[in-house]
Amino acid sequence: MTLPIFSFIFAMWVLIIIGGGLMVVFVGPLTFSGDNDLNPIINSGAKVLIAMILIFIWVFSLLKIKNWIFRKITNS
Amino acid sequence: MEELIIPAIIAIVVAFFSVYGLTPIVIRALEKRNITVVDVNKKEKTMIARPGGLSIIVGIEASLIILYVFFPISEILAVILTTFFAFLVGLIDDKKTMGGWFKPLALAFCAAPILLLGAYDSNLDFPLFGSVKIPLLYIALVVFMIPIMGNTINSIDVLNGVASGFTTIASFALSICLFILQNYEIGIVCLCLAFSSLAFYKFHKFPSRIFPGDSGAITFGAAYGAIAIIGQVEVIAAVAILPAIINSFLFLSSVKKIVEHREIKNPVIHTDDWKLKASPEKKAPVTLVRLLIAKKPLSEKQIGIEIFKLATFSGILAIITAFMMGVSL
Repeated sequence: MTLPIFSFIFAMWVLIIIGGGLMVVFVGPLTFSGDNDLNPIINSGAKVLIAMILIFIWVFSLLKIKNWIFRKITNS
Repeated sequence: MEELIIPAIIAIVVAFFSVYGLTPIVIRALEKRNITVVDVNKKEKTMIARPGGLSIIVGIEASLIILYVFFPISEILAVILTTFFAFLVGLIDDKKTMGGWFKPLALAFCAAPILLLGAYDSNLDFPLFGSVKIPLLYIALVVFMIPIMGNTINSIDVLNGVASGFTTIASFALSICLFILQNYEIGIVCLCLAFSSLAFYKFHKFPSRIFPGDSGAITFGAAYGAIAIIGQVEVIAAVAILPAIINSFLFLSSVKKIVEHREIKNPVIHTDDWKLKASPEKKAPVTLVRLLIAKKPLSEKQIGIEIFKLATFSGILAIITAFMMGVSL
């Protein structure tokens, strides 16, 4: 019975590692040039925006997995 | 390393035995003043002392103050202050039920000592891939971490022994991770939390003699969150409490708003033999417990054991993640 929940936890863990990898490999090195004084703010702001999009994708994926698990439980 | 052993043993002994010794006194004091609540999952409708946050905070604070005397570092002071402020927020919520937004907002302010003492590093470490520097985003993470952890542990405080047992398993797993990463001082801080929650579990386990209440559950969560930040193990700490995060996630995705948990419909009902089964009510929120009993009714004790199995699995994943921190692709 708890097997689907163990799978859900495992899926979350994999998504955390993949999401972390995307943050480090792609988002971390990004630089956005603008006025020198504003550079750190522009950079951080852009990274925040990308991080938010990643979190949205993460939550969306989890919702899909959750629905799949529910279907599996109700069908079994 | 050797110089840490004596302070660690003293702090751990204080953490465990102060909670172990004080909790029966708190139980008697609460029962004498009739500060009790009905255990809704017992057929006999037993009255249980609540809240037990006082003994938890004394155990955590006393042990951390001892550690601070040995190692006067700002990180330990930050955990001491953050945990204490979070306890006060929980205590207010125990005395007077506040709105759904009160706790997240008030707990966000509890993160102030971490920020003001500079007890954080703005690098966020991920397994396999290294770290990313996010100065502004990290400040937001610190502010959000305490309310999220506090409410996450509070949201699983629904059955006898679950909040304290879950915190014990997660804290021991996080301590092991901190030792793997050679962050020994913070590892000892985390052990103090683990032993405090273990001592409280003795009285909170099925059948409970005391409930932690918001003051206890939020104290556990805030201390755990603060340790995750100062120990730079935010991702590992999140992995170790994934079942509780799932519970919050399921709840929020079904209720679709932040509400005080006492305001919502009970997601479980009782069978004739007083087992718990999923409520057929469509408006009842989806929770981890409801998911566990979706197929067949289980007793309160059985559900607790299932949750501890999930917590142990997450703890193992957290330890694997800690090992992966040392590996770079």
